[in-house]
Amino acid sequence: MSIAQQTPFKGPPQSAPTPSAAPHNGRWSGFRHLLSARMLEMAREREIIFWIFVFPLLLALGLGFAFRNKPADRTTIAIAAGPEAQNTLSLMQNSAAHASIRAEIVDQARAKDGLRLGKFDLVIEPLAPGRVQYDFDPARPESVLSHAEVDQALQSAAGRKDILTTNVFTSSEPGSRYIDFLIPGLLGMNLMNSGMWGIGFALVDMRQRKLLKRFVATPLRRSDFLMALASSRLILMVIEVGLLLSFGALIFHIRVVGSVLAILLIGAIGAVSFGGLGLLTASRARKIESVSGLINIVMMPMWIFSGVFFSYERFPASAQVFIKALPLTALNDALRATILEGSSLASQGGRLLVLALWGGISFALALRWFRWS
Amino acid sequence: MSVVVQCRDLRKTYEGKVKVEAVRGLSLEIRAGECFGLLGPNGAGKTTTIEILEGLLEPTSGEVTILGCSWKTNARAIREQIGISLQETRLSEKLTVRETIELFASFYRQPQPAEEVLAALQLTEKSNAQVGDLSGGQKQRLAVATALVASPKILFLDEPTTGLDPQSRRQLWEIIRKFQQGGGTVLLTTHYMDEAERLCDRIAIVDNGQIIAEGTPAELIEKLGGHHMVEFALSGNSHGDSTAWRSLPGVESVRDEDGRVCLSVREPHRTIPALLEQVDRFSAQLEHLTTRQASLEDVFVNLTGRHLREE
Repeated sequence: MSIAQQTPFKGPPQSAPTPSAAPHNGRWSGFRHLLSARMLEMAREREIIFWIFVFPLLLALGLGFAFRNKPADRTTIAIAAGPEAQNTLSLMQNSAAHASIRAEIVDQARAKDGLRLGKFDLVIEPLAPGRVQYDFDPARPESVLSHAEVDQALQSAAGRKDILTTNVFTSSEPGSRYIDFLIPGLLGMNLMNSGMWGIGFALVDMRQRKLLKRFVATPLRRSDFLMALASSRLILMVIEVGLLLSFGALIFHIRVVGSVLAILLIGAIGAVSFGGLGLLTASRARKIESVSGLINIVMMPMWIFSGVFFSYERFPASAQVFIKALPLTALNDALRATILEGSSLASQGGRLLVLALWGGISFALALRWFRWS
Repeated sequence: MSVVVQCRDLRKTYEGKVKVEAVRGLSLEIRAGECFGLLGPNGAGKTTTIEILEGLLEPTSGEVTILGCSWKTNARAIREQIGISLQETRLSEKLTVRETIELFASFYRQPQPAEEVLAALQLTEKSNAQVGDLSGGQKQRLAVATALVASPKILFLDEPTTGLDPQSRRQLWEIIRKFQQGGGTVLLTTHYMDEAERLCDRIAIVDNGQIIAEGTPAELIEKLGGHHMVEFALSGNSHGDSTAWRSLPGVESVRDEDGRVCLSVREPHRTIPALLEQVDRFSAQLEHLTTRQASLEDVFVNLTGRHLREE
């Protein structure tokens, strides 16, 4: 009570204006405070930090190691026990390719079981001197490979001469590995996730809390409010891009060929585009449950089709037009071209246009339908 | 005194599967410096009315003038001069009290310094606590603080004390009174009759989207006819004929309420002896007898036949 009595209200300005203490706010004061409040809020929300920053790194780490380029696997084969088994084995061991083939003699039943269970890639049944039968599973790539490799080894060990002289050149340089493909894809996916959730979810949450309505009840301009939200996304985008790319460079020695400025510009267009899409999904929903469903429905096709984890070239040709029209496909392709191949920004014009159209149309529709209370 | 809030024949109809007429021809005038209360049960149209006055809802028809301006042409100018606390706003939990107040201050050209608002609302101690860690009463004071930081001429409060404990309610009343003493005008909605009675200079009783009575609390009670209420019950629930009670000396009105008879009377000392005689004449047993001052609750029941809070 006592504190309140010491400091009575000044009351409405007409009564006694005190020129000294009253602060005067400029045109952008609301925008600046809203932006810094938004950043503070996110910095204090540990879950957001995890999903935006830590999760993509963990994903890159896990997938990067799972699909890392390792020396070619040795193929494991079985030779069915029989009178010719030992001869076949020694033929194999004398072949030039013996280092990449591990062979053992087991009885026929165990050999067949092993093939079925994936323990062996191939089973050799010596039928008679100079005659063998191969058992393999054509549906398993390693089984098919094993067949070719073992046959080649046996044939040449048995005296076949190669007619064509061939030179072999192998490449597992940075730039063409799976992790090189993956990191830009993860970056694109992350920009989509954080754009959709960071804008869409945040807005509906504010609407449900009636915070949106409370802001509208102040002189704050609605455009300033939306700009503050968009700006907070752009700041996060710079951190996301920087973190994931430096992580890729440090841990997986990814070479970033393109200019950082071009990458950031593409990131910004992507972040704004998905921000627009997030705004659209959030324009009507009153409950976070319903917007969560909507966001997932919008993102689902892009997780699958937009070439995050594997190339979309694997989908049928008829689907390619649809796939390339997706914003995440455009973003991923533009990021890959810039990061891995150093393509110029101008060469990515088409893809950036796709992004801009998605963002622009969503934004325009969102503003028409947006529910402030 | 000049009129700062005025509305004429306000109507709000929600179209939908079921058409709801939330406000049906409501007019009122609020004068500078007064505390005006919209009192009514839940669903009476109080929140719809106050949100139309706050420029947050578009009326279906009717006119609103705030400080001589219309929402259609001078919205930003009005926003600069009013402070609003909505019913149940959940402010960002991760911001501190001070950050929240400074955030809202930044929206106004000439806000009150955050430090002063913190002190006035007794939130100085909690200024570095995050909103999520505040008690219900503290949160509600913060909500009012975000309205006061505008240094508004008019303060709009929608159910400011709903769900608060008695001590927190009294603290808020104190804050509202201080604002009024500084020359501010207050419009609040409430379904607590004691709040309206203690805080408001004038009250409009709202029911079914219309004002059914308006005046100072004393005037409204005066209209009942008697300042006192005599309540009694007879054994065996045999209340007899209400006309038998109406004819007792000093009785202005009679109402039957859950097995009790309520008499609104001018002079209890004349009515009660006569009442006891009447009970004797019916050879009935008096089970319960109380007398009390009439309240706004009685005014409401008298006007509508219902209680403010049907529980």
